[in-house]
Amino acid sequence: MTGASDIQQALKEEFGNEAISGANLEAIDPWIEVAPGSIVAVSTFLRDDERFLFDHLNNLCGSDYLQPDPKKAKSFEHEPHVEVVYHLSSFTHKHRITLKVKLPRWADDVEGQLPACPSVASVWAAADWHEREAYDLVGIRFTGHPNLRRILCPEDWEGHPLRKDYEFPLEYHGIRGK
Amino acid sequence: MTTELQDPRIVEYDVRTDEMLVNMGPQHPSTHGVLRLLLRTDGEIVHEVTPHLGYLHRCAEKIGENLAPPQWVPYTDRMDYLAGMNMNLGMSLAVEKLVGMELPEKAQVIRVLISELGRIASHLVGMGAYGLDLGTFSPFLWAFREREIVLDLFEEVCGARLTYSYITPGGATHDLPGSINLPPGLASLTNQSPETTVSWTDALTQFLDWLEPRIEEYHTLLTRNQIFIKRTAGLGVMSPEMAKSYGCTGPVLRGSGVDWDLRRDGEDIYTGMYQGYDFDIPVAPFDAAPPESVLGDNWCRFYVRMMEVVQSIRLVRQAIEKYPTAEGSYRETFKLATKLPADECYLETECPRGQMGFYLVGDGSSEPFRARAKSSCFCNLAVTAPLSEGFLLADIPAIVGSLDVVMGEIDR
Repeated sequence: MTGASDIQQALKEEFGNEAISGANLEAIDPWIEVAPGSIVAVSTFLRDDERFLFDHLNNLCGSDYLQPDPKKAKSFEHEPHVEVVYHLSSFTHKHRITLKVKLPRWADDVEGQLPACPSVASVWAAADWHEREAYDLVGIRFTGHPNLRRILCPEDWEGHPLRKDYEFPLEYHGIRGK
Repeated sequence: MTTELQDPRIVEYDVRTDEMLVNMGPQHPSTHGVLRLLLRTDGEIVHEVTPHLGYLHRCAEKIGENLAPPQWVPYTDRMDYLAGMNMNLGMSLAVEKLVGMELPEKAQVIRVLISELGRIASHLVGMGAYGLDLGTFSPFLWAFREREIVLDLFEEVCGARLTYSYITPGGATHDLPGSINLPPGLASLTNQSPETTVSWTDALTQFLDWLEPRIEEYHTLLTRNQIFIKRTAGLGVMSPEMAKSYGCTGPVLRGSGVDWDLRRDGEDIYTGMYQGYDFDIPVAPFDAAPPESVLGDNWCRFYVRMMEVVQSIRLVRQAIEKYPTAEGSYRETFKLATKLPADECYLETECPRGQMGFYLVGDGSSEPFRARAKSSCFCNLAVTAPLSEGFLLADIPAIVGSLDVVMGEIDR
């Protein structure tokens, strides 16, 4: 068992403060923020290092931090951004950690241009389908992914449903929507 | 075109064949729901499998972001619709972890009892449907006869037979019922009058007493059946490394020899429920394995499920014993307006098909800001392609069936 602060310490020693850009160790599930460019190296390190051996990717998902509801916006404490969340655990050491990569909502501030995050499908095979799902539903482009296509929605679907500003289609192939 | 596959069952070595694209599903009976597999075949040999999913996609996560957690419970029923109780439990525990709620002993005993009974019902379908995939019809009828009694018992508990919404954040919707009429299926199997009035726990004990010796019959019917062994043993072999890398969980992982079960290795809020219970975790390899079987093949995955039914029976019996003396109420108040703190949590529980995870982000309001359901079958299904390549077309249902996927959970 290794605590989240030890993991953060080891990562900082290995990759420096710039790559490990933040953390919240007081959260119910402590998380460590990793710079997008370092996520593949950090993942590989966490999987292979004898002290950690995070060989199980429990979950990978995206979430869109934007509060479209003006009533709730006042108490909403996050800047608009998109996150990729990695939940890891180790079969050997029975410990868990959460990694986060924060991305802008749109690349270059151009609406419709998906933000890019390096793919970890080469580290854990489980990431392959999960990244396809995050691309499909949240709209994150995983660079270096072997087969980044939609997985749950039809191939010709427009938009990414789990974006907070997603608008429900009024019509799809003659089927009327809302 | 010749093939390098040295399978003695292939007799058509010199027959000229063409490459063909075959669509299996989405309405194929052995795809366990609406799964479509696009197969690139050459004669009888499958070279490439591409699963196409999403036919049942309802974007349950988006729905969850617009509802208070107790309102989202009915949607979790419809994820793994063969184990609705276990889905309810996973989601409720995640919510309780987020708000920091502790449950009274009685609620916890009810949860163990009900979710293990759900596991029995789910594995019975898994076993019966797997027999059906491989062309034997009797186990399916037998399994559904048994499952019917479990559903009758669940109906007495919560009024529903498939989509229960029984376990909710805070405990359960009702206490276990007092006296009931004996379920008709159980009455006819045990030669009693259906008018007989018994307590619910007695009816359950009678069912377990009746089920336990039947498991030996299933072994005769399937596990030790030569045809069954020929169709499963040594096929679809998955190494432990591959199972870990693909994030496989549940019986699929344990069938590959990884000793891992969240009921023992999970987080405290979940393992705490199982404190004081005595149970084993079946992990391949098994002594009962036929000589043809290798670690991580279809047969091992099937046998893990069969063994888990035995363990679940043990757990249910212990829960029945604990229930009368368990202290506290069957539920704590969890209102629709209960505010979720501005924090986040992720919790996985051991469902019959693997580890179902719920990730909730609160923002101080009563609806979660982000609700995510991580499906176990989603990961388990991802191995279909690497497992099936190079095998015969007829082996595809045997491999997909051994993973025991439910599409409602994959597509969410």
